[in-house]
Amino acid sequence: MMDNTQSFQFFNRGPSPAARLVFFVVLSLLLLFVDARYRYLESARSALSVLVSPIQQLATMPSILWQQASSFFVTQHKLLDENKLLHQRHQRDAAQLSQFQALQQENQQLRNLLALAQRSEFTAQLAEIVYAERDVFKRRVLINKGESDNVQTGQVVMDDIGIVGQITRVYPWLSAVTLITEKDHAVPVQVLRNGLRTIVFGAGDTSQLSLRYMPVSSDIQTGDMLVTSGIDGIYPPGIPVARVEKIERDAAYPFARITCLPVAGVDSHRHLLILAGLPKLLVPPMEQTAAATAKKNIRAKGRNPEVQ
Amino acid sequence: MPYFDSTSQQIQRPASNTFIVLSVLIALLLNGLPWEGIWLILRPDFVAVVLLYWCTYKPQRVGIGLSWAVGIFADVADASLFGQHALAYTLLAFGGVVLHHRLQMFDLRQQTTQVFGIFVLTYAVYALVHWQVNGYMVWSFFLGCLTSTLLWAPLSITLQKMRQMRMDHDRT
Repeated sequence: MMDNTQSFQFFNRGPSPAARLVFFVVLSLLLLFVDARYRYLESARSALSVLVSPIQQLATMPSILWQQASSFFVTQHKLLDENKLLHQRHQRDAAQLSQFQALQQENQQLRNLLALAQRSEFTAQLAEIVYAERDVFKRRVLINKGESDNVQTGQVVMDDIGIVGQITRVYPWLSAVTLITEKDHAVPVQVLRNGLRTIVFGAGDTSQLSLRYMPVSSDIQTGDMLVTSGIDGIYPPGIPVARVEKIERDAAYPFARITCLPVAGVDSHRHLLILAGLPKLLVPPMEQTAAATAKKNIRAKGRNPEVQ
Repeated sequence: MPYFDSTSQQIQRPASNTFIVLSVLIALLLNGLPWEGIWLILRPDFVAVVLLYWCTYKPQRVGIGLSWAVGIFADVADASLFGQHALAYTLLAFGGVVLHHRLQMFDLRQQTTQVFGIFVLTYAVYALVHWQVNGYMVWSFFLGCLTSTLLWAPLSITLQKMRQMRMDHDRT
């Protein structure tokens, strides 16, 4: 019954609470500093994540069970309808695909004739969302492919429609995807209609994106499709990102306020595609370190190695 | 004094290490449930409430060091910076350990007001670190410390009852 004694004993056991407080606060601050600045602790993090991941998987069990239960009670009629619809779509897509292949071949021939650099092909691997982060500050999901599947930080993640996010942290069997709606997450895009180049930023607190620093007079319209421009060397070109939702042009401000909605199901899907890394652009030796930090830290500041 | 009996009885209630570890694990699990949207904003920090409970009633067992370690686990689970939860829970545990005499003497209503201050401090530290590193603030985050405070009374009653049940079980 040692632990039932009153608190005087507590003070006899080791240092006082104040001393402990100071020790652990300093330790935490040190860890924070090292983690935020240098990211030396990734291996410790992945080791600990092995211990934590069973709890996370257990926590997602109820929602998975709910989904399975609801899918069990789907009527046959509904399934038949869906099957018919998918058949139709498949046939339409197959026709389009053959057309696309013909065009691709033609494009390649033309590029060969003009001796242009080939557009790089990209392969993708399928991953499933295991866990969405429960934090008001962040928009991230964890997917079930990690280091063991050759996933690397910086790889682009999309669903069947458009860009969803980018891999920012890799664990042994998991990796964290920062969604494009994360605050200040930047994606270089082009307006599909007229080729206008710009950068779209995540809004953070809502599932929206915004175009900043666009002059009031810029040629942009509601409903414009924004696709990746590919000039950053990270995002492959021509993948849909967002659609312009609302434009506020106020002459009092130098820039227009433009809100966009992501086209991909950023908050809804379970299955995602991880695009294999693209061949990097040639980087002058002086700027290699800058490019390395830019790859790690996908913020607007570090984005343009050419500018720095 | 009338309250002395009740409190000394509360202190004497047993709490095995397994029970403490299990309650913290369940709290981590509850924090990790698929909360979304408004529910995510209103979600109480179960781990913080459970840790504060143990720091108040078993300060010899659960103290600042253990809370710090749980904080590190929470950091890994949340993929927040190493030390962000740990720092917040260290201060939470310090508050609990220092005030444990006072909290044990108080009734639930008085406890709740005291506990609110500790939670505000904890949440503020977490948010401050976030603000320093990322440069922006989500003010609705602080609604969490209100719900955590509201959770204090039901959770401490539940845990007391469970410990009472264990004691009755041991006697028979």
